[in-house]
Amino acid sequence: MSNSQICRLEKGGMIDRSELVRFSFNSRKYYGHPGDTLASALLANGVHVVSRSFKFHRPRGVMSAGPEEPNALLGVNYGVGVIPISRATTMPLLSGLKAESQNCFPSVRFDVGRVIDYTWRLWPAGFYNKIFKWPSWRAYEWIVRRAAGIGSLPEDTDPTRYKHGNLHCDVLVVGAGAAGLSAAIEAGRRGKAVILVEQDSVLGGRLLDGLSRDEVAAKKKLGSMLNELQVLRNIRVMRNSMVAGYYDHNVLTIHDQSAVYHGGKLVETFWKVRARKVVLATGAIEQPVLFGNNDLPGIMLAGAVRKYAIRFGVRCGETVVAVVNNDIAYRDIFAIVDAAVDVSAIIDLRDSIALEFRQGAKERGIAVYSGASPVEARGSRRVRAIRFLDSSNILQEISCDCIAMAGGLNPTVHLFSQAGGKLKYDELRACFVPGRCRQNLEVVGSANGKFGDDASYNIAARRAAPAKRGRQWVDFAHDVTVSDIDLAVRENFVSVEHAKRMTTTGMAADQGKTSNLNALTLLGQLTDREPVEVGTTTFRPQFMPVTLGAIAGCRSGEFYSPTRLLPAHQWHEARQAVFDDYGDWKRPAYYGAGGREAAILAEAREVRESVGLFDGSPLGKIEIKGTDAAEFLSRLYVNTVHTLQPGKVRYGLMLNENGVIIDDGVFARLADDHFLVNTTSANSSRMMAWFEEWHQCEWPDLRVVICNVTSQWAVLTIAGPRSRATLETMPGLIDLSTERFPHMSFAEGIFDNGVPYRIQRVSYTGEMSFELSVPADSGQEFFDRIWTAGQAHNVSLFGVEASDVLRTEKGFVHIGADTDTTTNPFDVGFGTIVENKKGDFIGRRSLQRANDRRENRRQFVGIELMDETSSVQAGAHFVEGEGKNWRSEGFVTSACYSPMLGRSIGLGLIERGFDREGDIVQVYSDGKTSPARIVRPGFVDIGGERMRA
Amino acid sequence: MLRISCPWCGGRDEVEFRFGGEAHVARPDLGVDDIGWSNYLFFRSNPKGLHYERWCHSFGCGQWLNVIRDTVTHEIHATYLMGEAKPTIEIESADDGQLQS
Repeated sequence: MSNSQICRLEKGGMIDRSELVRFSFNSRKYYGHPGDTLASALLANGVHVVSRSFKFHRPRGVMSAGPEEPNALLGVNYGVGVIPISRATTMPLLSGLKAESQNCFPSVRFDVGRVIDYTWRLWPAGFYNKIFKWPSWRAYEWIVRRAAGIGSLPEDTDPTRYKHGNLHCDVLVVGAGAAGLSAAIEAGRRGKAVILVEQDSVLGGRLLDGLSRDEVAAKKKLGSMLNELQVLRNIRVMRNSMVAGYYDHNVLTIHDQSAVYHGGKLVETFWKVRARKVVLATGAIEQPVLFGNNDLPGIMLAGAVRKYAIRFGVRCGETVVAVVNNDIAYRDIFAIVDAAVDVSAIIDLRDSIALEFRQGAKERGIAVYSGASPVEARGSRRVRAIRFLDSSNILQEISCDCIAMAGGLNPTVHLFSQAGGKLKYDELRACFVPGRCRQNLEVVGSANGKFGDDASYNIAARRAAPAKRGRQWVDFAHDVTVSDIDLAVRENFVSVEHAKRMTTTGMAADQGKTSNLNALTLLGQLTDREPVEVGTTTFRPQFMPVTLGAIAGCRSGEFYSPTRLLPAHQWHEARQAVFDDYGDWKRPAYYGAGGREAAILAEAREVRESVGLFDGSPLGKIEIKGTDAAEFLSRLYVNTVHTLQPGKVRYGLMLNENGVIIDDGVFARLADDHFLVNTTSANSSRMMAWFEEWHQCEWPDLRVVICNVTSQWAVLTIAGPRSRATLETMPGLIDLSTERFPHMSFAEGIFDNGVPYRIQRVSYTGEMSFELSVPADSGQEFFDRIWTAGQAHNVSLFGVEASDVLRTEKGFVHIGADTDTTTNPFDVGFGTIVENKKGDFIGRRSLQRANDRRENRRQFVGIELMDETSSVQAGAHFVEGEGKNWRSEGFVTSACYSPMLGRSIGLGLIERGFDREGDIVQVYSDGKTSPARIVRPGFVDIGGERMRA
Repeated sequence: MLRISCPWCGGRDEVEFRFGGEAHVARPDLGVDDIGWSNYLFFRSNPKGLHYERWCHSFGCGQWLNVIRDTVTHEIHATYLMGEAKPTIEIESADDGQLQS
């Protein structure tokens, strides 16, 4: 394919004509130049239909030359997979870039979806709520869902690296047009640390599009400003960087794509900046004019036609007609002509036009129709004429292949508004301008409504054209027309927020940058309100879409959340541990390659028969020390604490103030003023914070210090009838005989090799069991030593799953699994302990409420299925009654196959459970109901002889 | 994102802190009636304007502190130590919400 940039002007443009950049669009090869955007390169090649519209599949062309673009949203691939909904107007032309149209089949030139356009009367705003009612919405949902949406997500792994960064500065200037540049330089001269952010790849904004004598002077000034920027080392300039959000206390986020677009590296950075002061020089966005078929390819914003001509050297059409309603438009139109693009006529909505503009038009041979109203554009895949009513109300038609719309400027107030700033309506300029804001910011230039010479800014009111034929587009991206706004008003969606949701105007990816002002002005006219009464919808981050990967940063894959490894992780790995995630921790679920179910049952059986070794290191370990330690714990636990002797251990429950159980575990008294509290494994950080909060905020007078030592110790749990025999050979360990060290005892000591240890005799499995703690860095060594010592006793390893089977057999409650956010200590059989406790504790007052003491509460029970061969699942409901009275009485909370009993067992919460021991109840699971007997929780060693042996 | 001045560490970003609800909520004795207890448990002032609240500098010194924040503007007017008396602030909250629709 040869280089045929048929619409490239002879000269001009900030492009490097000596070099060609190859790219493709819908698989056809094209060329552009360095300095082009994808949009300017497409226009240079005479490509005018670039996409199909969202709802009606109408052909669309490039409309703007900036981030406001509603039409030219393409699937773009520059080597990272196809990124959908990429703005061709801000996408620098990268070599080898592949772009494709979205929302069309089979091609963008011929799209069968256009049948929706030809039948448009069937699809008004909110049509899916109105016409898809028979037989039901479900019958249509699949097809509407398929038709909705635009583009498709890339499926490959994204090779881009996403980084996060933090910055701070004295002055952050957003936008590097004339106003932003002077603000940055002025602050820079005063020695401030300045960051200047520009989303374009070059600085200068509209100064770059100047041609007239004044403008050339301004351009010269730009040159000297850019030189000074280089000299002032305290100004950091960020190009291809978009300020996406403005948050509290002057924090802004920046999506920085400079490395992709200029460094040739696939790196995007998402910056958080805190600035002492922010200067918003975000400019203004030109608004379209309402007339029939104003969405045809070739109809563009006047400023965009100018920018393509002067900045990129591209002719947007052979014959341009301008439709304008204000003075500033004339500067653009004249510049377009001066850049050698033919403009044949100006259709001005205003009755009187200043002499200088009339003369300027005359000098350039442009016919001016004042007091005219555009009616409709004609054409199919490109505009070919415009019809309008002249000042004598006579319908006229002019041929053209490009219409330059100049509906007046609207300040880019998005960031100002996000900052909490208040907007006010400016009658003179017919737009919203910044008012007050509590954050330390300043709005300058056209973002502040300063569009040049105030006196000469004369704008006609925005209004819909008197079109009887052809629809007038308000929101191009979401295909919302004037008639949709009208319909919304007729259906009484007159609040701007309601009208927005009813019609979806302003809800597309461009967030209404070219549609909101027309929509709300129209809404005002239809309801007889001023724009200020109608108000605006809320502006929210992001200003433009930000790659999700950039927001996530490195937090994906294995970095999604931190992984906690056991001190003896490698030791378990070497023994074929199969790891699962339990809270933050990776723990052995079971061992061996023989399959999950079989391994769990075998491990549980071996613990009951001989001895098992379990890694209990994640067990929460919090030390409480100080003269008031016992008093402090007494206020936290349901249990009595003061009577616990040093060297002894007690099992306890902790509640929140609402009387609900939040944690359980044993606590040991090491000395009169020193306790070690065990929390459940997933809960240690939360309980540590809970203790600190109560100590600091409620009882600062209590003399205690609190220290979380969870990860300092490796915990080896040795459980089973041979556990004592296994441990006895360890040199330096205390006497473990039941006489000297009975169940619920604690001791500290030092092994012969100098390693300190803590040991407590407590049991979660129902077997005789010891929890041996050694410093974490000795964990691996002691797993080795115990493993070796246990060989004589058939020691085996067991994982978390077998541990849970043993616990369920024993009938011990698992807080969080067997209890929920309504379970109080009475419900799990702690009534006597509560009644015997003296003094207040967290949650005690709540337990006095009638609801906490009513008789029909759900209580903790065991269940056995009557049919010994069937099984039950956690989550199954206990049901009673029939028909309409069919109801749940509670549910199964834990269930497993018991290797000891050879049948399925379960634990659960059921109304009045304590009084119903022996009753037969119905368990509903997977669509069938089976009878089960309520028993006391605990299926093995009910008297506790094995545990205390 | 707020910038909060920790009385121990100085000004830090909000991400270092954990919000802890309204401050100066007195915990009643066991003898309180059900209404008094439910007021303590569930009812908060939720003002439009100055709000006295607790924060914990959890990714810093770990200490709890009191903050006076304007719920309309998010301005922070003071921070002070846990246990200190509730200071009186002269500033009136300014409703500076967005243009209403």
